[in-house]
Parts: sequence; C-alpha cells; structure tokens
Amino acid sequence: MNKRLSQKIFFTLFRLISLMIVIVLFSILGFIIFNGAKSISWHFLTQMPTDGMTKGGIFPAIVGTLILVLGSMIFAFPVGVAAAIYMNEYVKEGPVKRFMRLMTSNLAGVPSIVFGLFGMALFVNQLHFGDSIIAGSLTLGLLALPVVIRTTEEALKQVDDSFRLASIGLGATKLQTIGKVTLPIAFPNIITGLILSIGRVSGETAPILFTVAAYFLPKLPHSIFDQVMALPYHLYVIATSGTNITESRPIAYGTALVLISIVLICNITASVIRNVLGKRNK
Amino acid sequence: MFKKIINKIIEGFIKTSGWVSSIIVLLIIIFLFKEASGLFNKTPLEEGYMLVVNKKNPIDKLNPDQLKNIFDRDSTSWKTLGGMNADIEIFTVEDISTFYNDSMIGENMSNLPWCINDHISKTENVISYFPEKYLPKNFEGKILHLDKISVYQFLKNKIWLPSARPVSQVGAMPLIISTLLVSLVAILIALPIGLAAAIYLAEVADSRIRTILKPVIELLAGIPSVVYGFFGLVIIVPFVQKIFNLPVGETGLTGSIILAIMALPTIITVAEDALRSVPKAMKEASLALGATHWQTIYKVMIPYASSGITAAAILGIGRAIGETMVALMVTGNANNFTFSLLKPIRTIPATIAAELGEASYGGLHFKALFALGCILFLITLMINVYVEYLSGKKQTK
Amino acid sequence: MTPKIETKNLQLYYGAHHALKGIDFSANANTVTALIGPSGCGKSTFLRCFNRMNDLIDGCDVEGQILIDGMNINDRYLNVDELRKKVGMVFQKPNPFPKSIFENVAYGLRINGINEKKILEEKVEKALKQAALWEEVKDNLKKSAMSISGGQQQRLCIARALAVEPSLVLMDEPTSALDPISTSKVEELIYQLKEKYTILIVTHNMQQAARVSDKTAFFYIGEMIEYNDTTEIFTNPKIERTQNYITGRFG
Ligand SMILES: Nc1ncnc2c1ncn2[C@@H]1O[C@H](COP(=O)(O)OP(=O)(O)O)[C@@H](O)[C@H]1O
Ligand SMILES: [Mg+2]
Repeated sequence: MNKRLSQKIFFTLFRLISLMIVIVLFSILGFIIFNGAKSISWHFLTQMPTDGMTKGGIFPAIVGTLILVLGSMIFAFPVGVAAAIYMNEYVKEGPVKRFMRLMTSNLAGVPSIVFGLFGMALFVNQLHFGDSIIAGSLTLGLLALPVVIRTTEEALKQVDDSFRLASIGLGATKLQTIGKVTLPIAFPNIITGLILSIGRVSGETAPILFTVAAYFLPKLPHSIFDQVMALPYHLYVIATSGTNITESRPIAYGTALVLISIVLICNITASVIRNVLGKRNK
Repeated sequence: MFKKIINKIIEGFIKTSGWVSSIIVLLIIIFLFKEASGLFNKTPLEEGYMLVVNKKNPIDKLNPDQLKNIFDRDSTSWKTLGGMNADIEIFTVEDISTFYNDSMIGENMSNLPWCINDHISKTENVISYFPEKYLPKNFEGKILHLDKISVYQFLKNKIWLPSARPVSQVGAMPLIISTLLVSLVAILIALPIGLAAAIYLAEVADSRIRTILKPVIELLAGIPSVVYGFFGLVIIVPFVQKIFNLPVGETGLTGSIILAIMALPTIITVAEDALRSVPKAMKEASLALGATHWQTIYKVMIPYASSGITAAAILGIGRAIGETMVALMVTGNANNFTFSLLKPIRTIPATIAAELGEASYGGLHFKALFALGCILFLITLMINVYVEYLSGKKQTK
Repeated sequence: MTPKIETKNLQLYYGAHHALKGIDFSANANTVTALIGPSGCGKSTFLRCFNRMNDLIDGCDVEGQILIDGMNINDRYLNVDELRKKVGMVFQKPNPFPKSIFENVAYGLRINGINEKKILEEKVEKALKQAALWEEVKDNLKKSAMSISGGQQQRLCIARALAVEPSLVLMDEPTSALDPISTSKVEELIYQLKEKYTILIVTHNMQQAARVSDKTAFFYIGEMIEYNDTTEIFTNPKIERTQNYITGRFG
C-alpha cells in the first residue's frame, strides 16, 4: 500500500516542479514585458540614444542587430545547408560521416566567448577587418553554422527515400534530385531551423564584444567595415556600466523587451510553421 | 556546357562545405593556441623593462614566482633564494630622488642612467628594474635572466593580476576553480529539477500538458543569456543579498542559480529523450511483476537511461562553464581565490570578456586571455567528445 | 468448483477497433490452456486482460467481467500492482533487466519490500530451481543477465515471474525467439509448472500447443471460435475454421 502512496507523493512533486519551471519562465517574461512596456514607444524605437544613453531611443542598436543577423545568415545559411546536404546526401554512413557529425557537435559546443576570441584573432587582427560589421557577422555566422547544419540535416532526413528513388529512377542526376525534389520537400523545416538560428544569433553578446559592438555610436553604419551598436551588448552596457545605471534602467527594460520580442517572434513563427506543416503532412 | 560548369561549381561548394565544421574547429585550435602559446614565450616582467642586480650577487636567474615574492616583500632575504646572507633591497626609478639630488640626475633626467649604474654598483644587496632606455652605457651591474612563464605555473598559480607591475600575475587557478564551482553547483541545482521535469514529461503528463510544457522549455532555451544576466542582476542579486545577509549579492551562488535555470532546457530535453529510449519491454516486465509505475521508473528506467542522464548533466555543465554574460553580470567579478559560494568570484569566460578590451594587442595580458580561452575550449571539447561517446555507447547497446 | 479464471462477455476496444468480441472463457486451477489463432486475432490482447496490462495503452477500453478466483478484476478501483503480483507474465522476447541474474529474480521481491538477504537468497534459489536454471547459473549469480544465452534468459524471466509466487502465469509466445533445444527445455518446464500454477500460453506452434496444454482455445478476428480439450481440438475440431487453421490451410 505505501508504495502507492510514495508514487503519489513523487508524481505530485514532479508535477509541482514542472509547474515551477513554467512559473519561472513566466516570471522572467512577465518581469521584462511588464517593466519594458512602459519604455516602448515609437520614439524609443526610432531615435538615437542621448544624454549618455540615459534618454532617447535604441534605434542604432536595433538596426545593428538586424544587420548582424542578416550578415551572419548570408554566410551561415548557404554554407550550413550545403554542409548538411553533403553529410546527408553524399557521404555514406561510416567513419567519415561520424567524424563530420562529431566536429559539428564539437563546434556547437564551443562557448560563445571562444568564438569571440577566435573572431577577434582571425577577422579583426589577421585579416585586418578591424572591429566591423563583417568581422562580427562572420563570427556570429560561425556560431550559427552548427545550428543550421543540424536542423537542415534533420529536415533532409525526414524526406522519404522513395522521393529520391523516384527522381533518380526518372533519370535525374543527384544534383537535380536534391534541387528539384529533396530540398523543396525539406524546405519548410529548413526555414524553421533558419528562423530559430536567427533567434539565437540576435541574442548573442559574447561573440560581438570584440569584433563589432560599439559602446555608444549614435549613427548608422556606412559600410561593412563600420562598427555598430547591438541590442544585447547595449543591454549589457546600460545594465552594468552606463553613465548612470539607475537613470537608464527604463532603457534597459525596453531594450530587453525588444530583444525578447525578437526571440519570441522567431520561436512562435517557427512553431507555427512546424504545426501547419505537421497538419499538412498528416 | 555552361550549365555543366555551374553544376560542377555547386557540387564543389557542397563538397567543401561538408568539411566546414572540421575546418573551423581546426582554425579555432590554430588561432587560439597560436596566441596562447606566445604567453609561454614571455617573462612576466613588464615589457620593455629589465631586471638587474649587483655584479657580486651570485644569483643569475630567477623564476617568476621568486620574483613575485621579492616584489611582494614575501622574500626579504637573498638567502632564501640561495644567494648571499643579506636583506633584499628593491630599487626603482621612483626611488632615485632618495639617493641623488636633482642636479645629479640632471636636466630632463639626462643623467639618470649614470645614477642607476652608480647605485647598483655600490649596493651589493640591491635588485632593480627599470625601462631599457635607461640602461647605462658601461653598465657595471648584472642583468638577471628571468625564466619564462611555464604552463604549470599558469595553471597552478593562485593570483590573477595580469596588470600587476613590475611582475604580471597570470595564475589561472582561481578562475578555473570558480568556473568549475559555479557550474557544478548550477548542475547540482538543475539536475534534480530537470530530471523531475523530464520524468514528468516522459512518463506522467498527458499529451495536453506536454503541449504546454514543451514550448515553455524551448522558450527558456531561447531567452538570450544577457537577458538572464539582466534578470539576475535586478531580481536574484538583491534576493541573495537579503537571504544570506551579505555585503554584496553578486556571488558565485547567484551565478549558479541563473545558470541552473539556463541549463534546465538542455537537461530536460536530453534526459527526456533518454527516458523515452528505454525499451517498452523493460517497462512492461517491471509492471507485470507488480511494480508501481514509480518503482518501474526509478528501479528500471532511470538505471537504463543512466548514460543518457549522465550525458544530460555533463552537457549542462559544459553549457554553464562556457556561459559568459551571466557570469559577467551577476558573479561580482572579484579576483578571489575562494571556495565560498557566497563571495564574489570570477569565471574564465567573464574574465576574458571583461579584460580583453583593455589588454593591449599582442601583450602578455592579451595572450594570457587567449590561454584562458584555450582552457575553456579544451574543457568543453572534452565534455563534448565524452557526451558523443556516451550516446554512441547507448546506440550499440 | 469455481474456475481459477473466467471471463464473461469480455469486450475490448482499441479506440474504435473492436479487438475482443464477447469472450466467455474459463479455466480451472493447475491446468495449461493454449491460445492459438492467426496473427492479430487478439490472443495477446486477451492474455493481457488478466493482469490489466492493457491499461498502459491509451484509448484501450475493456468491458465485461474478468474473474480470478471468483473476483472481478476489471474494476476501476482494483489495486493493479497487487493483481500483477499474483499474476506472473512471460513475454515473447526474453526481457531481462540489465542487472545481475540474482537481482533480476529478486526484483519482484524487492519492490514488495523484501530486502532481507537470507530470504532473498532462499526465494531466488527456489525460483531458479523451478525454472530449471539453477544448475546452470548458481555459480554466476552476480553475472549480468544480458550475458547468458537467449534460452537461459527466457528461463530467467520465468524464474523472475515465479519468484513473487503468483498463482496464474501468462506466457505470450514464450519460445518464439528461442532455438529448438531451448524451446524443448521451456516446454518441459511448463509441463512441470502445472502442478503449482495455472498457465495460459499463447503459441503459434501447433505441436507445442498439443504437447503442453490440457485445453486449447482457438481465436479468430477477436472471437473465441472454439474452446475444448486439446486432444479434442486437434483430433476432432467441431468447427471448420479451426480445422483449417490447425491443418495449416490458412493463418
Ligand atoms: N496497442 C494497440 N493499439 C491499437 N490496436 C492494437 C494494439 N495492440 C493490438 N492491436 C490490434 O488488436 C488486434 C489484436 O492484436 P493482438 O492481441 O496483438 O493479436 P495477436 O497477439 O493474436 O497476434 C490486432 O488487430 C492489432 O492490430
Ligand atoms: Mg501476439
């Protein structure tokens, strides 16, 4: 009899713990949304920061983050998709493939600050890009690469082999089969992965610290060799080392909210695509 | 014809891209280690300075630790360093006016090298350091040879003060300890919670609840670390300060709490997968013997999934170890060598993030930070390879 | 004499799929009953009714009465763990836990709170002897159960089921994954176990049914078509479908 009781106690405990996790998430989100909503205005989103970043908006940081996301994806998306195609469509199961997988997961496990160091050593110093959009984008791109590779590989794996066989049976080449059959079928899932990596990249701070992020730069960049401000770095700066931390708190909340919104939008979009797809495939 | 070339190019691109991860990992190793290895080619003496003693001093060389002790006045006698039976007298350029008046030093300190030479040649127990440009022409002292920083010293030394003068202190030990401590505690907090949630998701919850919980966990993973750091700074830091009645709330524990929240998604997802991969036959065999569902879970399923659960924990540690922004924002960034969780500490990634901006390019400090990066990279690489090994083992079972 | 087990108008649905259609069945204590029939006809489903293993399947709905020793076990308020303790089960594929031989057999005892070493050793030995495995493993009780042969594993699973001293033992094609020598060992075992236990065995193997069982029930698409003494069924089936099946004309 008491083994039933202990089951009841434990399962109730697990339920409570899971509930607690939900509460933690919502309190973090609630904390940011509640406090940030007061700061958000058209002015806040479209103006330059002023008064030592205690007033004004965060426009250059928003633009900077969008540029960096775009820049990193221009690099990571085609290369990542190509890598996944190679690993899934070209290489046979075996040591080579296992090695590639291992390396991809190793790359995914590299801490973001190490990407920052590497980006600084390679792009900023070795290639003389300096602190610039191109250095920051490439660094972020490297970080996003394993994410893109993995999600694309998953997407390709889900494509039924019969489609490939049918296409090859009709005399199509491997490349034609990939381009005309495999990729289009896997496309929605690949896009889901892309969106998720955008969410990931837009929030990364450590890789851009020494490759692109500007502390205070109230203007828009003119070339890819300019520095930019970025939302996550801006949040870090005004939360910890701005000219007046208490006075700039509202800006910090507002910045955090914008940042979270980007991530939320990415996650929701991704899950909508996934759900719509899940239904369609059924 | 033209199309054929395009196709060749595309296939070439695909084939090269396949190796991109491997190439990047290789490049990371090359660039990190290249910079870091420079550290072990340097002496910890401030760049452009030289270290000299009196000609009669029998000592020819010192290692960085001995030098540090001298300038910290921990070693006060030459005897302890295997030299003569005399106290150590430290002489620097700033001390010059105690021995020589302005007219002797000369206008624009033009006579400074002479003064230095004079004092050193007269004082048997002296040790001095000064910029190379002040090296006297016919120097009558002895230039000390200084050992290079060794990997062992880098790992073992307990003080991290790269900007210390004249001897840089690059001991990574306190940073390594802090990093491991904070991450370990984070996992100790997160593992039971994550495991409970994973069991709930895999075994107890019905599908309706799962459809709520799954996205919650995904979102938790999606929140940028700088936002976690900010949340920790505003909410958890004052909370910890109050609860434990501390002078500051930025402590190792604060970091561990936030890192624990951040590690949850990884732990839950991997542990849930591990539990789901337990064969149905195992579960049924246990239930058919009259075990309750819970007995089946902890006596059969958890042991069976143990390698997956271990992987979850280790992966969580790896994430926590590499986490920069949270550590930077809520652990206080104090240079403490401490095992206490209630004191400010400083982790490896936070150190890199905080100091790389101020370290001059190519200097000792700069290289030391890259050496820290190498430690971080190696730890996470080992963790990753081990986790892959664990999951490989599971597949063959 | 009340039968050991009995079902009255047993209906079972997997969602909309009607898998058992009004089964009336009974078997006396200390008998072996074979359940035969083509694949997918509901033999396993029927078997799993007696220890309520179908509870684990979402959307599975059981109606009617299932009686063990005259007590209806198809009751929402029944303590299923207690029931499953009294009803042992042996599965198609040997499924020992990845633990030692000893711990496998002791498992059912431990979960019921028996942890005293002496009692455990006694009961494990007894169960292994009953399962005719003792002589082969007595020196290697600490060895992993995964390291012994498939036939030994299946007898270990039988020992594991017997250790908790059930009165009814359910066997779902217990020899289908075994080689002929192991099979004959298990068959011999089943024959001996009859003295102490009531046994229900699902089998695809007609000879096996004929060799080990006292009675045989023939199932077809969710119905029990014919149920009689084994000798009767195999020599003189009343219904043509049964005959066709036994003689191998379909299934
Ligand atoms: N878990 C389940 N969910 C839905 N249908 C099932 C399930 N298990 C078995 N069935 C269906 O019930 C019928 C009987 O299955 P089963 O009892 O396993 O047959 P047998 O053991 O005689 O081969 C089959 O049609 C099978 O498809
Ligand atoms: Mg069956």
